[in-house]
Amino acid sequence: MLQVTDLHAYYGKSHILQGVNLTVGENEVVSLLGRNGVGRSTTIKAIMGMVRVAGSIRFKNQEIGGLPPYEIARRGIGIVPERRNIFPTLTVHENLLIGMKRKHQKGRWSVQATFDLFPNLRERAATPAGVLSGGEQQMLSICRTLMGDPDLVMVDEPTEGLAPQMVEQVGMLLERIAGQGVAILLVEQKLQIALRISHQVLVMGHGRIVFSGTPKDFLSQESVRREWLEV
Amino acid sequence: MLHTTIFVLVNGLMYGLLLFLLSSGLTLIFSMMGVLNFAQVSFYMLGAYLGFQLMVWTNYWVALFLAPLLVGLLGAAVERYLLNKVHMRGQVAELLLTFGLSYLILEAVKLAWGVNAVNYGIPRSLDFPIFSIAGVSYPAYNVFMMAVAVAIFILLYLLLKKTRLGIIIQAALGDRDMVGMLGHNIAQIFTLVFGIGCALAGVAGVVGGNILVTEPGMALSLLPITFVVVVIGGMGSFTGALAASLLIGFLQNYMMTLNVSLAGLAGLSMGAHAPFYELLNQPLSQLAAIMPYLLMILILVFRPQGLMGKVKT
Repeated sequence: MLQVTDLHAYYGKSHILQGVNLTVGENEVVSLLGRNGVGRSTTIKAIMGMVRVAGSIRFKNQEIGGLPPYEIARRGIGIVPERRNIFPTLTVHENLLIGMKRKHQKGRWSVQATFDLFPNLRERAATPAGVLSGGEQQMLSICRTLMGDPDLVMVDEPTEGLAPQMVEQVGMLLERIAGQGVAILLVEQKLQIALRISHQVLVMGHGRIVFSGTPKDFLSQESVRREWLEV
Repeated sequence: MLHTTIFVLVNGLMYGLLLFLLSSGLTLIFSMMGVLNFAQVSFYMLGAYLGFQLMVWTNYWVALFLAPLLVGLLGAAVERYLLNKVHMRGQVAELLLTFGLSYLILEAVKLAWGVNAVNYGIPRSLDFPIFSIAGVSYPAYNVFMMAVAVAIFILLYLLLKKTRLGIIIQAALGDRDMVGMLGHNIAQIFTLVFGIGCALAGVAGVVGGNILVTEPGMALSLLPITFVVVVIGGMGSFTGALAASLLIGFLQNYMMTLNVSLAGLAGLSMGAHAPFYELLNQPLSQLAAIMPYLLMILILVFRPQGLMGKVKT
């Protein structure tokens, strides 16, 4: 579904992405692991059209590199950014409505369906999103992206800064999303979540993919973990 | 006393709503898009002149429909083909561009209609006194103007609070990138908002141009007060802009009824050669015109978000 080939990106003179290659198949959950600053977030921002890049990004057999973010979203890619970026002065319900690309969009998710995924949001539907807890904001951010009915969701560090109980809920939510036939590209630090839900594990180092395999392959190669993940 | 109170209330309401009418387009563009549109009052002037011309050719009601539409289309074209291109370079570039544009519009107006005021009159169907208070009669047209201002407030309120477009605009005010990543074409939405803002200036021009005077200096004379309304009301708030307009309307009209001077208020008696004698002995009614600017400075110092602003300025 998504093929990224020889992707390069620069921030000023820094060469952040140095030839990233990755693929995400239909209904596949792929985790992108790596230490801070190796280019994982830049990779998904680049796929979303937020960073100028060289190289090829193909989605559903069409080149999407160079398209504006709104056009990429309309082709079926959704992003849940690391900072959640909820709209704090708007209510929870309004945040969800903005996630829909068209007024009468019909897809896998409705407002009610997202409330079923995370009932706390139903109780707080009329509350300004800015007063939600960090975990609730994360759930809202994920549900808002689902409202656009993406075929691929890229989630950046969804468990960052959350309490252990909330981390578990995020993990379960991602599994349920995958269960609806949505592909996921997950940037995550917490190995237990990533390994539990992923079909494919990618490890990034120095701006490129240095390991690619199943969670089982990954667990069998301790050297990968030592060299590219442990601090 | 009762007469004075009624005078202040009626005139304050009228002037306040006229101010809101004049500043509603700017509120939309400045508050919602963050664009310092120096040319906003020029679009207002263009609306007044086009209204006058269309009224000569057809009638007032056709003018009231067509002139704002034309001004709105021109505004949308300006945003799409000019402002959009300089947006990345920040507010200074936008300000300079609209500053240049205001002079272009001014010169175009002078070329088309000359440098003197045009005879833009009140439509005959609304040219009669509708009520009188204490011997002062109020024209029906002023009541029509107030109704238009209230209608604009209600429509804008509904647009921003109750429609999907309004919610997207409010979200984009805080985080454009995220709104784009959710699949909304922000550039297109902002062209539409700018066009609506300019069309509102066009409505204000058609409706206000014959209460005030339609002449080439009208744009520049209204520029400061419209910005004052937006700053006092607060960024991102239409209710704030309405409250600020009414506050200025009532305060200014109240001050106009005061014969006492600052020296008189403080119980000072001073010789004609004392420092600031002239200023301190002016009746407060003479100082009414500077009150909005004083209020703006106080607001900027003590409540920078404005009366009802949601976003930090």
